[in-house]
Amino acid sequence: MIKYQTIEDAARQIMATAAIDIPPDYRQGIEDMAKWEEGDLSCFVLQTMMDNWNAATEDRRPMCADTGLPRYYVKVGNNARLADGFIGLERALRSATALATHDIPLRPNRVHPLWRTDNNNNVGINSPEIDWSFEPDVDWVDITTVHKGGLFGTDYRMLFPGDGIDGIKRFFLDTLVSFGKRGLACQPAIVGIGLGGSKDVTMVLGKQAACLRTVGESNPDPKIAELELELKRMGNSIGMGAMGFVGNAMVADCHIEVGYTHTGGMPMSVHTFCLSSRRATVRIHADGRCEYRHDPQWFTPYMRRETIEWPIPEHSEKQSV
Amino acid sequence: MADTRAQRKTVRLKLPVRDGDLDGLEIGTVVYLDGVIYTGREGVYKKVLEEGSELPEGLTELSNVNFHCSPAAAVEDDGSYTVGGVTATASFRFSKWMQAWLELSGARIIIGKGGMSIEDYRDILVPAAAIYLTTVGYGTGALLGRGIKGVRVVHWLEELGNAQAMWVFEVENFGPFIVESDLQGNSLFEQQGRLVNENLEKMYAGLKAPALARYGETDDRKDELI
Repeated sequence: MIKYQTIEDAARQIMATAAIDIPPDYRQGIEDMAKWEEGDLSCFVLQTMMDNWNAATEDRRPMCADTGLPRYYVKVGNNARLADGFIGLERALRSATALATHDIPLRPNRVHPLWRTDNNNNVGINSPEIDWSFEPDVDWVDITTVHKGGLFGTDYRMLFPGDGIDGIKRFFLDTLVSFGKRGLACQPAIVGIGLGGSKDVTMVLGKQAACLRTVGESNPDPKIAELELELKRMGNSIGMGAMGFVGNAMVADCHIEVGYTHTGGMPMSVHTFCLSSRRATVRIHADGRCEYRHDPQWFTPYMRRETIEWPIPEHSEKQSV
Repeated sequence: MADTRAQRKTVRLKLPVRDGDLDGLEIGTVVYLDGVIYTGREGVYKKVLEEGSELPEGLTELSNVNFHCSPAAAVEDDGSYTVGGVTATASFRFSKWMQAWLELSGARIIIGKGGMSIEDYRDILVPAAAIYLTTVGYGTGALLGRGIKGVRVVHWLEELGNAQAMWVFEVENFGPFIVESDLQGNSLFEQQGRLVNENLEKMYAGLKAPALARYGETDDRKDELI
């Protein structure tokens, strides 16, 4: 049975880790890019960002003062039991957000869209967002927090099957170039692409692809993995680097996630994470033990629903009595 | 590429800057600051320029550096402040207030993210003898946080909230920033953008336009969003 206090404490911990410590996969990606980046201004930016990550970790201060919109992705094992239920878990995450905002400190970024009311704790109406997913045959709960800005670097477009791969490439370029100028997208970044689903799902898939997959991961479909590589290479041949300066470092990695969509359409979204790609994950086991990591492991085979049917766990009948 | 940090021309400026301090400062130069700066963005601009609130007493003598920023900072129970990191926010959104603000505050340095348009430099910053420094990255929150040595005062904290209040910071070796626009209104982003634009048509070659256009869509890739 997983207790309320265990969840709140663990969530406070990942809020701090995400804000302060750059994930190692992304650091490695940027270190590799700095080796081949030829634009001297762009390279200066990358090297300064690496200094910044070191300063953040040494001082235990946030790497970026723009807290973005801190939020959570929760994956619940089908056999996990929560002492205060799902409502208790959501309450613990809201509480942890407010406490972490003061303690780290984070910038209280969340305001009412019209009245600009700021509770000074990053909690409010529909905030923080909590996305839920499930995992068969396990009894743990995974909680990932992501701190991502949200003003620039994302776009959506309804493409059609006839637009083909060319249409995808063109919209990919459009988004990188338009938001890459002056570095509004805070590149080089992990770029996530959502393809298919309904419009809202397209956006969600792209966002999750950018924020919940690590540098170096590939889509399990080999042809999609090939397209990921092709788009990454394309993004890094635009001639634009960090802050929109002359250079080549735009795309630390490109991740595509797909969903079955309308037979007449091919909706697409592009999301750029940023030079302060902040994410951290905790796995809370049934006995309350917490394991911390940087890889969200969000896109499991079950999450992608790769089979037409998913077998019902053997003991589920017994539990449902 | 080899370490570029030592190779870039770097200067330290004492604040407030005096006449002559900014002469000869070229775009692309790396700058660190010592003295007092203040944050000010839409909340402060609306308060002062639209609602007519007085500028805090003594501000113009104390500092002539306006940082487009909200800090990651907390107010403690005893009234003291903890400042973690500071990062700039995109400046182009504040264009409509800048002329009046520069006239009223006498600011000579604007620090922000992404710069402003070349027209804004020509029409607003150059006549006010002001330059624009861009933060690096973006998001060197921790490096800039290290440069903040104290919070002198926070104005309008209750009314505007942490993010929009005016924070007056004492800073030392505060940076790095890059000179984006100089006293002549030259712009590093504009210069770099022009070079980047030269390659763009080649990138798009052979990629046909989608079947469904978007209202107002243009194929002019020299366009900017700001």
